Amino acid sequence: MRTEEYTLNMGPQHPSTHGVLKLVLTLDGEVVREAVPHIGFLHRALEKIAENRTYLQFIPITDRFEYLSSMSNNLAYCLAVEKLAQIPVPPRAEYIRVLMAELNRLASHLMWFSSMLLDLGATTPFIYAFRERERIMDIFEMTCGARLTYNYIRFGGVSQDLPPGFLEKMRLFLSAMKKGLPEYHALVTENPIFLARTRGIGILNPDLAVACGVSGPSLRGSGIAFDIRKAEPYSVYPELSFNIPTGTDGDVHDRYLVRMKEMEESVKIIEQALDKVPEGRYRTTLPQRIKPPKGEVFSRIEAPRGDTGVFIVSDGSEKPWRLKFRAPSFSNLSVLPHLVRGGRISDIMACIGSLDIILPEVDR
Amino acid sequence: MEQYLKDIIFYRPLTAWLAGRGWQAWQPLLDFAYMILSAVIVLAFILLTALFLIWLERKVCGRIQRRLGPMLTGPRFLGRLCIWTGGLLQTTADTLKLLLKEDIIPTKADRRVFIIAPVVVFTACMMAFVVLPFGPGLIVKDLNIGVLYLMAVGTFSVIAIVMGGYASNNKYSLLGAMRSAAQIISYEVPLFFAFLGPVLAAGTLSMTGIVEAQIGLGWFLIPQFIGFLVYLIASTAEINRPPFDIPEAEQELVQGFNTEYSGMKFAMFFLAEFTNMFVAASIAVTLFMGGWTLPFGLDEKIVSFLNFPYAPQALGIVVFLLKVYLLILLFMWIRWTFPRLRPDQLMSFSWKVLLPFAFLNILIACSQVLWRLPAV
Amino acid sequence: MTRNEILEILRDAFPGRHLEADPDNNDGIRIPPPDLPEVAAFLKTEPSLDFNYLFFITAVDRLKALEVIHHLYSMGKGHHVILKTSLDRENPALDSVTALWPAANWHEREVYDLFGVRFDGHPDLRRILLPEDWEGHPMLRDFTHPNLIRRPDSPAEGRSEEAPGRGNPAS
Repeated sequence: MRTEEYTLNMGPQHPSTHGVLKLVLTLDGEVVREAVPHIGFLHRALEKIAENRTYLQFIPITDRFEYLSSMSNNLAYCLAVEKLAQIPVPPRAEYIRVLMAELNRLASHLMWFSSMLLDLGATTPFIYAFRERERIMDIFEMTCGARLTYNYIRFGGVSQDLPPGFLEKMRLFLSAMKKGLPEYHALVTENPIFLARTRGIGILNPDLAVACGVSGPSLRGSGIAFDIRKAEPYSVYPELSFNIPTGTDGDVHDRYLVRMKEMEESVKIIEQALDKVPEGRYRTTLPQRIKPPKGEVFSRIEAPRGDTGVFIVSDGSEKPWRLKFRAPSFSNLSVLPHLVRGGRISDIMACIGSLDIILPEVDR
Repeated sequence: MEQYLKDIIFYRPLTAWLAGRGWQAWQPLLDFAYMILSAVIVLAFILLTALFLIWLERKVCGRIQRRLGPMLTGPRFLGRLCIWTGGLLQTTADTLKLLLKEDIIPTKADRRVFIIAPVVVFTACMMAFVVLPFGPGLIVKDLNIGVLYLMAVGTFSVIAIVMGGYASNNKYSLLGAMRSAAQIISYEVPLFFAFLGPVLAAGTLSMTGIVEAQIGLGWFLIPQFIGFLVYLIASTAEINRPPFDIPEAEQELVQGFNTEYSGMKFAMFFLAEFTNMFVAASIAVTLFMGGWTLPFGLDEKIVSFLNFPYAPQALGIVVFLLKVYLLILLFMWIRWTFPRLRPDQLMSFSWKVLLPFAFLNILIACSQVLWRLPAV
Repeated sequence: MTRNEILEILRDAFPGRHLEADPDNNDGIRIPPPDLPEVAAFLKTEPSLDFNYLFFITAVDRLKALEVIHHLYSMGKGHHVILKTSLDRENPALDSVTALWPAANWHEREVYDLFGVRFDGHPDLRRILLPEDWEGHPMLRDFTHPNLIRRPDSPAEGRSEEAPGRGNPAS
């Protein structure tokens, strides 16, 4: 019987592609022979914009590189500029930054949990995870006034001190989170349908992962225990104790488990940080238009999606000469064709969900 | 059901009037009119049920997801009761909206097939209502091949889905249609074997016959529990409900075979899905859960307590609907808890797991026949 | 391992090639464009260096030249190195390192898209972020487009149109 391969366009507008991603699939029935991602639909020329903004003016734009982990992007950028201009950061600010970054990690992973399960067809976990995420949004709103793009971290500290009532709200949130996590596991992790959809699907070879520049939980799911918070610690992470969860097989289920365990680790870090926050200044006073000396610098942090890096070339003026933002989703997405080859259409959704990409970061 | 309608609504006066005028020849027409009337009543019931079920689904979905569901449309003056009854007119509002929408037919679509597909789907599910027994004697036509008729009518929806998917001239729709055809055909085999269990035990294909057999033998649920489970799973797949909603897997196929449909045609597919759910639940209640009867002879006691004309029928309807809605709530609960299966996993489940259990059920049914209690 | 130690190892392995430490960057090593493929392969395969992770590839427009930057990292050893090659602005071309690190595939496409650098040996060099029929390479400093509106020159003190760093090709 003669069969033919056909091309299916999983276009920019699709409920499951986490943004505007176009996948051109070559299919043989239901089996995927080739998947070619086309990106660039959300390219906003942010790096070019950086060349025309002062360093301080660019901080809100770093929020928009990847709106689900705005704090991490802020942090990466501020760390780079502080390294370049040798700006000291008071200890209270360091702890606040770590608190915010870990809260952001929790919010981002909760969002990932919701959307990945939505792609697999389970609509209820989405609402369950958002219950906790709303609490995090409330905490962020209390602190910096925004729910999604925070613009909170500044050179030399944070923009405002922690508001009164912050600690109580955090402790309430932590107890709610600790009750919520077992609920997610009970609902999803042992579900046979979920296991059938995620075990053995989208296996990522660790060598391929490293060669393709994959980072973050997607890399740790394949068994490589690499986390920048441990490998090249920044801020006050050396003083906090936490583990790095890894997977064994590198399939979708392992990446899922790694992120779930990371949520638990983040809760641990937040608890420790809450206990250790010292009093003091929350910000080093700086002029509004800072002029770092000539030179180049890069910073690298562990964002919820992986290795986020900022590379700045400064010419001594108040605007950067060149700013390069290394987005983890850019490299993570490039490994997708290898994951879905030979699988089925439904597996594509599981793989995209497990890689946890976000398109604004890919396209910048 | 005609009999009751004839008793209640002016049959004898009308017959007498016809005879008085000398127009006896028109008598068959009068009978036919009553037949049509019973069909119209069932039709009205179907439409109201579909509307109500959609509201119920959204409320149950909301509740499972720790939120309220539709709240703003419908009566708002009920105070705290509104949490449970809010948004009753939501479906009406949605249907009105869909009626007012622009009816888009893609240029390259096969027009006739495209337009007929939703009609066929709705017709298929309406046809199944002919043999559903709502109470003693309350069945539009008690065909003595009732179950066989249901099997035949149940397969129509496949054709309609494939028609809809093919006529849309869209690769996603075609994929959805193909998947649906594969899925429904695979699940029909265990489904029909599950039907066979009660038929064997009751000894008749007629739906009322099966219910009456359960009065004497007890509900077929207990001995044929496996058959009941097989039926539940297979019927969830037959009506394209999650976790078996591959044909309309929104996250993968952008609405599947429904992609190009908008406005009232889409509403037809949508209503048909909910009506099918009612049909599937009713069949389960009739075949396995004793239809309109209550166990332990509670029927007679309550009827003698109520003591008004047509009390058995009223009781029958209430009991039947209670049982059906219990099963419908079960269907909804399952929908909102589980993720979706992949098509190949779905089909291997049907052929490799459900079918052997269905055979097992046949064995149990046969043994039930052999060792029948010598009562009644 | 610091940049200077890595530079020593490289100089021992490639005597006669003009490799020098970058004064602007603590991790930078300047390499002439023809030597890049061999040096990159050596950096990856040499056991004591073991640069198996490509962090990013980007370019900086230094007005007199176009500088392509490869940032490598070793997961096992934990050290960084930044390779810099200066290319001629009129016709920037460089060898591709996709065979060594598949991650380079998309990064090089992005540099080609935004800066116009052609990578020889790249399996599929085409635009990645911009539409296929776009003309021009936007990240270059002299890029103009009818829709690109330059803000009226704000008094930016100390802003020179001189590019920072040594913009001359190292030869």
